[in-house]
Amino acid sequence: MQSKASKFGKFYLIFIFLLLYIPIAYLIIYSFSKGTTMANFHGFTLKHYQDLFADKRMLAIFLNTILIALLSSLISTIIGTIGAFAVHNARKRHTKQTLLSLNSILLVSPDVIIGASFLIFFTSLSVPLGFWSVLLSHIAFEIPIVLLMVLPRLNEMSPSLINAALDLGATPSQILSQIIIPYIQPGIIAGFFMAITYSLDDFAVTFFVTGNGFTTLSVEIYSRARQGIDLEINALSGIMFIFSLILVLVYYFIESHNVSKGRKKNRLEAVE
Amino acid sequence: MNKGTKAIFMTPYILWLGLFVIAPVGLIFYYSFFNVQGQFTLDNYRNFFASGTYLAMTANSVLYAFLITLIALLISYPMAYYISKLKHRDLWILLVILPTWINLLLKAYAFIGLLSRDGLVNNLSQFFGLGVHHMLFTNASFILVAAYIQIPFMILPIYNSLVDINGSFIRASHDLGATTYQTFTKIILPLTKPGIQSGVQIVFIPSLSLFMLSRLIGGNKIITLGTAVEEHFLTTMNWGMGSTIGVVLIISMVIVMLLTNTKKKKRGQLNAK
Repeated sequence: MQSKASKFGKFYLIFIFLLLYIPIAYLIIYSFSKGTTMANFHGFTLKHYQDLFADKRMLAIFLNTILIALLSSLISTIIGTIGAFAVHNARKRHTKQTLLSLNSILLVSPDVIIGASFLIFFTSLSVPLGFWSVLLSHIAFEIPIVLLMVLPRLNEMSPSLINAALDLGATPSQILSQIIIPYIQPGIIAGFFMAITYSLDDFAVTFFVTGNGFTTLSVEIYSRARQGIDLEINALSGIMFIFSLILVLVYYFIESHNVSKGRKKNRLEAVE
Repeated sequence: MNKGTKAIFMTPYILWLGLFVIAPVGLIFYYSFFNVQGQFTLDNYRNFFASGTYLAMTANSVLYAFLITLIALLISYPMAYYISKLKHRDLWILLVILPTWINLLLKAYAFIGLLSRDGLVNNLSQFFGLGVHHMLFTNASFILVAAYIQIPFMILPIYNSLVDINGSFIRASHDLGATTYQTFTKIILPLTKPGIQSGVQIVFIPSLSLFMLSRLIGGNKIITLGTAVEEHFLTTMNWGMGSTIGVVLIISMVIVMLLTNTKKKKRGQLNAK
């Protein structure tokens, strides 16, 4: 009976995995089609990729997106790590709880609310909408996830490590740079990668605060997709798929080299 | 580190909390009391609760989010269960995560092709003799596409809670003569409840506000609160009304969190032991 169940299980897994990947495969397959719609494959061509690379506007948008992702992840990783210290060092249980709840507000809020409230915020401070408002928003919504990635590492660090360092005459800055930072580094890296993903994946918040002149890939895809099928978008998705694949592999590589299994599990729990 | 340097060190984080967490939420509440002319008024709330459209929209949003969450849960639980039993489960779960790294808009765009008149789904349905259907721009397609996008987010927390189950509980239950079914309902299901709850939380709240999907797949109708907020902020520029709907969304979000968080404390206690 059990083997039968697992046979069904395997069938189910294959079926759902197919469902998960068919839309992505469909997009990429049609990026090589000679036709102009995502129906009836018309033969192989690389034309859409050539169009994409020749499209100066698209290239600029792509670079914008990457720039925003890298800059915002870098800054949010720094601030998020500081935040993890703040939560970790909070003496009172109540303060800690409050900080954690405030931290999670941006994680659980619907994108529309974050976008709308940031739009009000920027306009009332008369920050011009464009690169800076998008960058600031991305930093803002990436900070809480970085904090959640770093905090478990800080919590599991034994205080005796620091006491030992103090006994051996280390200065506070030495303790920070030689003991604490190396110890929490896997959390910081994981946070940085999560931040990049959040930034690349965001559409709604950017859509609200982007104004007229500045566009990221998501917003551009949205406005093009509203006009209908354009196989250049398919070519773009092919490239973005490869890009995410590389990111995942790099992340997985760093992860498996840095973190022992038990610790990894802890971190996943923290994300929950 | 003395107190002074510590305070300077913490400044960026505290600034972030104040400027980007507390201030925006405060501003949404503040704006919800003003009309288009910038006068203080309670009209927005009166409009919201007096007009059938907004109440119907709220009911619709909750219903859609509920359906999306339910479909995602029904598909994801067995998925997580079987993956947790596989040999290379770390690798397989990575394959579940991978689609989430693909931009949401691209996935939605794929469905515009898949569900179109000559798309793959209609080809298949024709092949099986079911005829051609008009699928794009219907509410059903909106729900299905949203569920598709949310499935990985549902699988992950359930999978994590399944992997966390101590294997000796299962062995003990079998030793004590429980059938597979009993073990599942009495041991596995209760122990994965926290995973289900966080999955529901992760899926339900964003589903309340998927405005881009209802624009692209649902056919440009304003059917959910999310689309209404977007409409008021970016098209009709009635920020007051938009904020009012936003406040309603925030409140419903808090309710969902309270409902799904009740058991979390217990879990903390279990872990503490």
